[in-house]
Amino acid sequence: MSIEAPERPGRVEDLYPSEQEYIGHLGRRLRKAAVFRLFCLAMLSIAVLALATLLYTIINDSFGLVAIVNENDPEGIVAGLGHDPEEVGLENLEYDELVGLLEGTVSSGVGRRLERDQRFYEDRLVFESDATWAEICTSDAPPSGCTLGPRGQSDILALVFERVVVPDVIATYELIPSLFSPEVFEEEVAAAFEAGRFPDHTPDQAAIEWRSWFNPTFLTTPQNSTPEIAGIRTAIIGSAWLVVITLLFAVPVGVGAAIYLVEYAKPSRLNDFIQTNINNLAGVPSIIYGMLGLAIFVRVLEPFTSGAIFTDGVPPSDNGRTVIAAGLTLGLLTLPVVIISAQEALKSVPNSLRHAGLALGATRWQTVRSQILPVALPGILTGTILAVARAVGETAPLILVGAASFITTDPTGPFSKFTALPIQIFQWTSFPQQEFRHIAAAASLALLLLLLTLNAAAVILRNRYSRRAE
Amino acid sequence: MATEERALQQSGGQQTFKRRPRPGELAIRGFLFFCGVLSIATTLGIVYELGKESLLFFQDDRVSIGEFFTTTIWQPQAGGFGIWPLVLGTLYISFIAMLVAVPIGLAAAIYLSEYASNRVRGFLKPVLEVLVGIPTVVYGFFALTFMTPLLRSLLGSNVVGFFNVLSAGIVIGILIVPLISSLAEDALRAVPDSLRQAAYALGASKLEVSTRVVVPAALSGIAAGFVVAMSRAVGETMVVTLASGASPRNFMLGEDSLFSYILNPFQGAQAMTGYVAITANGDLGYNTIDYNSIFAIGLTLFFMTLGLNSLSRRFVRRFRQVYE
Amino acid sequence: MTNETSTESRLNEMIEEPMTSAQENQAEPEITVVRPPGVIETKNMYVFYGDFMAVADVSLNFGKNEISALIGPSGCGKSTVLRSLNRMNDLVASARTEGEVHYHGENIYAEGVDPVEVRRTIGMVFQKPNPFPKSIFDNIAWGAKINGFRGNKSETEGLVQEALEGAALWDEVKDKLAESGYSLSGGQQQRLCIARAIATKPDVILMDEPCSALDPIATLRIEELMLELKENYSIIIVTHNMQQAARVSDRTAFFNVKLNDTGMRTGRLVEYSPTDQLFTSPTEKDTEDYITGRFG
Repeated sequence: MSIEAPERPGRVEDLYPSEQEYIGHLGRRLRKAAVFRLFCLAMLSIAVLALATLLYTIINDSFGLVAIVNENDPEGIVAGLGHDPEEVGLENLEYDELVGLLEGTVSSGVGRRLERDQRFYEDRLVFESDATWAEICTSDAPPSGCTLGPRGQSDILALVFERVVVPDVIATYELIPSLFSPEVFEEEVAAAFEAGRFPDHTPDQAAIEWRSWFNPTFLTTPQNSTPEIAGIRTAIIGSAWLVVITLLFAVPVGVGAAIYLVEYAKPSRLNDFIQTNINNLAGVPSIIYGMLGLAIFVRVLEPFTSGAIFTDGVPPSDNGRTVIAAGLTLGLLTLPVVIISAQEALKSVPNSLRHAGLALGATRWQTVRSQILPVALPGILTGTILAVARAVGETAPLILVGAASFITTDPTGPFSKFTALPIQIFQWTSFPQQEFRHIAAAASLALLLLLLTLNAAAVILRNRYSRRAE
Repeated sequence: MATEERALQQSGGQQTFKRRPRPGELAIRGFLFFCGVLSIATTLGIVYELGKESLLFFQDDRVSIGEFFTTTIWQPQAGGFGIWPLVLGTLYISFIAMLVAVPIGLAAAIYLSEYASNRVRGFLKPVLEVLVGIPTVVYGFFALTFMTPLLRSLLGSNVVGFFNVLSAGIVIGILIVPLISSLAEDALRAVPDSLRQAAYALGASKLEVSTRVVVPAALSGIAAGFVVAMSRAVGETMVVTLASGASPRNFMLGEDSLFSYILNPFQGAQAMTGYVAITANGDLGYNTIDYNSIFAIGLTLFFMTLGLNSLSRRFVRRFRQVYE
Repeated sequence: MTNETSTESRLNEMIEEPMTSAQENQAEPEITVVRPPGVIETKNMYVFYGDFMAVADVSLNFGKNEISALIGPSGCGKSTVLRSLNRMNDLVASARTEGEVHYHGENIYAEGVDPVEVRRTIGMVFQKPNPFPKSIFDNIAWGAKINGFRGNKSETEGLVQEALEGAALWDEVKDKLAESGYSLSGGQQQRLCIARAIATKPDVILMDEPCSALDPIATLRIEELMLELKENYSIIIVTHNMQQAARVSDRTAFFNVKLNDTGMRTGRLVEYSPTDQLFTSPTEKDTEDYITGRFG
């Protein structure tokens, strides 16, 4: 071989570094490689750390010490009714006792309003006279209490807390500091009193106690404007309704479309277009689905979504911002995801099964229904569960479609107003007060636990069936 | 022969294989086709509704398309309808998010693909996936209650505002890390081992193999991951609404300082999605200009994400061509 | 060889004129033999995949209650030809068949013919056994059910037993009919697939390299089964194993790949003769080269 440049050494081998130079370089290169590895590991750790921090923040805010002032102490109330406060708490009281407490405390105006929102008893009225009640229920715009069933135990309990006990949390503390340095909190509260931060209360009125913002009562109490007694029951039921409607819409249509695209469609311009379209739709931001839902389901289809076309008289809802509009919107949102994952499940069924079925003289549908679908079903189910999990956490479309910012009554049907868990979190996060921050964290914890359950179910399902199929 | 008799019986002497009308099959096939076509209806619905309301928006006397796309003040009450402040908010936040997510995501992907054992990868990959499964409203909460106070205590609360772009950007960056890491990792692992073996056989170190051989080979797939993540960041609503505030960063080029105002990451800037969410959350009458304006913004957003998604699919196709 | 006489005499019974292609001094490579149309007859059949001509101008006459083998090097189109006989090629989007394929005189590619009906009477067994992920019983019962079998429980059981006996599998599985089809060995699975095919009472059974995934012992059992099945069914088998063709088939068709001027590799029928004749004194040089191993 010839080397052109005369300045260069005569042999190509001389272009390489010498043995010592090479070993010197090598050390540097290997050190760089080790640093790079550490860097990558560090980045990975940062990601995991971020996740841990997020979970930590939520759990930290969901429990802790509070300084609380009750207008009427629950123990005093219980004792006043003749029970032993050591044994019996407010939540153990009878329904009648609780209603009696309300009667004795709230003004008749407030009591009547409460009764009109929802009655206390099926058979008798507490604040209203029978005649007036009959009159307002037969008027043009009867209040919701005329049609709804009587209030439940947790409802009344929440009312008693709100109206009789009137708790006021004046200072809060997070979980980890509460566990490790509770005395700091006490000092802070005392200092705050001295600085005159709580003009309405005296230091001995304030009790420092442990509070789990996330507790079973939280899950069963309806929404309330007072954060101390607010719960997420209304939101959970709303979310449950949404999930059901989403599933009812997205699963048949989605699986149907997937079956069509995998089993029936021949390569053609139209079918390619449908496929591209679905892939595009999967990447559209959720807020745009919200706009679509607003424009079509809430506005154009208002007669349908408000329930007007199903009833002759007063429609269940005065506009289209109902559960069913939101459910259909979420359904459209999850549709592409359901289709794509169902397609994957169907494609993973070996072709030999299709051939075997068809060669026996079966029609396409017979083969799909009896041979292909059963094998693909676990995969389809897994994909559906994951899609639903995603829909449960969506907030933006619900804002657009008009989830109510404040309702206290549980949705009773597809045409009711509603709220949902993410909406609740959004709302509470936007309020500045400390107590709202804590219940927002508790609600987030509830949502995360729900999603964890759903995802775990999907993973278990996938593992169980992939082990079974050879 | 029994079979012969049967064949003759069927035919009655005539055509044995006449196509039997199967109405059930046809009905089922029709239903399934309808399901498939429904997806097209969705896209058409989106484009139609967004387009229709946007048209109404632009037809209003107070607005013109030119103004929408060229002016830099967004103040609907005062007649300012330039989209750029909102676009600035969106892009700035997304840019910060990518600054965070790209190094973390790509490095994590490289580690998982090239260095980690199967067991570690089997454990860590789902953990990373969890990040993208957490609802965005919880991320918004996290941004407000952790990230913003952290930034304020690190950099001073007179520097960092209560609403700020940086907090939203960082949190969104964390959110989209799995989008980059998963796609990049898949791309990296799809590079045939023979390529790595060849490089090792030449005496390359692991760093050199990973960065000079594997990553370039997987570049299309990695790029696809970047674009998907960017698209997600652009469309993100809840974090920007909660953490970046409701004031559009109105600016005047030439008058306002570039670095201490226009590109200041420590103050809030409303994003396109944030504007839509806040406006819709209030009382919104149909046919008001506010109502129509959200559709105009939505249409712009739709085309932005559509463009990004098409780009990412183009990358994926190129990536597939190389190895199949 | 002892077989030669019986083959010859059987053939002579079936045809009206003495066969001409067996004579050495026969110069023309004429394949057409005047025989009554067999159970399946292809007439100038071409199969295309898009623009690619996979198989050209195939005219074959498969006899009733015979085993006919299709042999040839890979890529010669024998599987394509087989799959055209029951319109399984329709499942490939780009496939197109020209020419005619007659089943008992009726063109199955005519307008208005339902492929589903065709496949009912012309069954198929595949190269890799593909039982359904169901019980052994359901594997067989399902095929019958979708073809309209209206028997009650005991009649269905009878059908299943009959099919399994016909596939020489009954004794091995009669106690475990409820177990999954996958619990059987490879050879047993293939016999299950054969039982599944014959349960629908077809006229013809097509077999696409049925033994290539099986060990020699299982292969032998299937070959014995084929010879038994011949009495009630007509069998057409594709095999890449010449010796298998020589062992079981009555007539053999040899296909070869021919390169045309544009470089396209198209399969063509070279020779179709009674098996003994094809293997001992083939008419075409290509055939001889193949069976003596000079290529393939």
